[in-house]
Amino acid sequence: MRFIFKTTYEQDLRLFRHGGQAFWYGLLLAALVTAPLWAGEYLMTQLVFIAIYSIVGFGLMMLTGFTGQVSLGHAAFLAVGAYTEALLAARGVPVFVSLPAAALLTAAVGVIVGLPALRLKGIYLAIATLAFNVIVEEIAARWESVTHGNAGMPVAPVKLFGRELEGDGGFYYLCLLAAVLACLACVNLLRSPTGRAFVAIRDSEVSASSMGVNLAKYKTISFAFSAALTGIAGALYAHKVGFISPEQFSLLVSIELITIVILGGVGFLHGAVLGAAFVIVLPQVLSIAKDWLPEGMAPSGLQAVVFGIILVLVIIFEPMGLYGRWLKIRTWFELFPFYRRGMFRRQRSYLKTERLR
Amino acid sequence: MTDLAQLLVAGISSGCVYALVALGFVLIYKATETVNFAQGDLMMLGAFFALTASVMLGWPYWATIVFAVTVMAVVGMAIERLVIRPVLGQPAFTVVMITIGIGYVMRGVVTMVPGWGTETYQIPTPFAEAVLPVGGVVLPVQQLAVIAMTAALCAALYLFFRFTRIGVAMQATSQNQLAAYYMGIPVRRVNMMIWGLSAGVAAFAGILLAPVTFVHSNMGFIGLKAFPAAVVGGFGSVPGAIVGGLIIGVVEALAGYYLPEGFKDVAAYVVVLVVLMIRPSGIFGETMRKKV
Repeated sequence: MRFIFKTTYEQDLRLFRHGGQAFWYGLLLAALVTAPLWAGEYLMTQLVFIAIYSIVGFGLMMLTGFTGQVSLGHAAFLAVGAYTEALLAARGVPVFVSLPAAALLTAAVGVIVGLPALRLKGIYLAIATLAFNVIVEEIAARWESVTHGNAGMPVAPVKLFGRELEGDGGFYYLCLLAAVLACLACVNLLRSPTGRAFVAIRDSEVSASSMGVNLAKYKTISFAFSAALTGIAGALYAHKVGFISPEQFSLLVSIELITIVILGGVGFLHGAVLGAAFVIVLPQVLSIAKDWLPEGMAPSGLQAVVFGIILVLVIIFEPMGLYGRWLKIRTWFELFPFYRRGMFRRQRSYLKTERLR
Repeated sequence: MTDLAQLLVAGISSGCVYALVALGFVLIYKATETVNFAQGDLMMLGAFFALTASVMLGWPYWATIVFAVTVMAVVGMAIERLVIRPVLGQPAFTVVMITIGIGYVMRGVVTMVPGWGTETYQIPTPFAEAVLPVGGVVLPVQQLAVIAMTAALCAALYLFFRFTRIGVAMQATSQNQLAAYYMGIPVRRVNMMIWGLSAGVAAFAGILLAPVTFVHSNMGFIGLKAFPAAVVGGFGSVPGAIVGGLIIGVVEALAGYYLPEGFKDVAAYVVVLVVLMIRPSGIFGETMRKKV
C-alpha cells in the first residue's frame, strides 16, 4: 500500500500522483507509439478502432459516467462528425482544419440536443436522445443532395502536407494522438471546477444547485464536450472505414456505444478504454469461435447471444465493470491479507426510488 | 372523407399494437421502475411461440393465443426471478442496460432455434382478407378485429386491477413498495407476476401485429416505436399508454398519407420530442418533486 504525503501544492496539481503511475503510463504510451514496429497489419487495424472507440468512450463517460445524463443518441453525433468530415475532405480541406470543424459542428448539435436535457431526467432524456438519433438517421437517408442517401458516400483518405496518410502507420498516429489528447482533456477537465460541477450534478442535482452550480450551463457544457469528442471520433471513423451510409449510425450503434461505458465501468476514464477494447475484440474472438458452431446456426445470432449474456453477467456480478474488477484485484494485492469481500459491495435495497429527484 | 376514415381506422389499429407494447412498459415501470427495453423482443418471442402452435402444431387461432400468452407469462416471470431481482436497487440505467442485454439474447436465440431462424413467417388468422363496407367506407375486418381485441384486453385488465386481490396488490406495489411490504404483500412475488403479466400482454400484441409485419426475429424493433407511445402518455400511467399508443398510430397513418415519404418513420419521434418539450412528464404523467 502506497501512502502519498503531500508537502507542496504543486503535488496536488501534478498529472500523475506518484512515480509509479508515470512509469506505467509512460510504458503504455511507449508500447503504443512503437506499435507499428511490433504489431502486424491486423492488430494495427484493431488498435485504430480501439483508439476511435475510446474517444467515443471518453465522450460518453464524461456525459453518462460523470454528469449522470443518459444518452441513447451518440451514434447521431458520430454521424454528424463523419458526414462533416467526409464533405470537407471531398473539398480538399486539410485534416487539421476539418477535424476541429467536425468537432465544433457536432458540439453545436450537442448543445441543441442538450436543451431538452435541462428539463428532462433519466428515462425521458434517454427517449429524447433516442428520438434524436432516429431523426438524424432518417435525415441522413433522405437528404440525398448532401449525404447521397442510403447509397452512402465514399470518404477520401487523410491528406497531410500533400501526402496521403495511407495504410495504418500514419493514420494510426493521428488516431493515437487524438485519443491521447482526448484523454488528457478529460483528465484535466475533471480536475477543474467544471469537472467537479459535473460530478456534483451526477450525485445530486438538488444539492449541486444549492451549492451554486448552474445546472443549465454545466449540463450544456457536458453535452457539447461529449458531442465534440464523439464528432472527432466520427470523423476518424469515416476515414478509417472509407465509406459511410446512414445504417452505420443506427440506434443499435448507440446502444453498442453505451455498452462501452457500462462494460468498462461507469465513472472511470480507464473504463472507457477497456470497454472500447472489449467491444472491438469480442466480435473478432467470436468470429474464430464461429467455426465450431453446428451447421445451420446463424453466426449473427451467436454474437447477439454472447454479447447479451456478457452484458447481463457483468451488470449482475461486476456492477463496476472491467475497471472495477481490476480495482478489486489491485486492492487485494495492496492490502494483501486484509482484503474483505464486502469492501466494494454496493448497499442492496429492495428499491431505491428515482422517481422523486 | 372516406380516405380519412380509412386512415383513422388503420392508424387506430396499428396504434392498438403500440398501446399494448407501451402498456407492458408502463406496468413494469410502475412496479419496478425498470424501463424494459426488451419489451419488443418479448413480443417477438411471443409471436414465435404463437407461430409454433399455429403452424407447426396446427392449433386453432384462439388456442394459439392462450398458449403463447401463457408461455410468455412464464418466460417473463423467469426473467424477473433470474436477472432483474439480483440487480434491484442499482441505478436505473444499469437495470435498463440489463434489459437491453436480455433483448440481445432473445433476438439471438430466436435465430438459432431450429425451425425459427432468420426467415419471415405468417400466422393464419380467421379474418384474413375480409372487408366490411360501412356507408361507403371499406374497412378491413383484420383491423377492426385488432381494435376489438385490444379493447377487450383493456377491459379485462381494468377489471383485473380493480376487483381481484392480486390486481389490487399489484397497484399497491406500484404506488409504494414499502407501504405494500407493511401491509403484508409479498412485493417480490408480486413484481414477478407483474413481469409475467407484462410479457403476456406483449405476446398478445405480437399475435395482433403478426398479420401486419409478419413474424421475424427483428419484429421486436417496433418496441422502439412503443416508447414514444409510453412517453407521450406519461410513463407511469396505464390509460396514458393506451392514449399515447393511439396518438402515435394515428399520427403515423396521417403522416404517411399527407406528408412526403420518410415522415412516416420519424413521425412518432417528432411527436415525442414535441410532447417532451411542452410537458416533460407526458400527457397523463404525474409531476413530482423531491423534498429535500
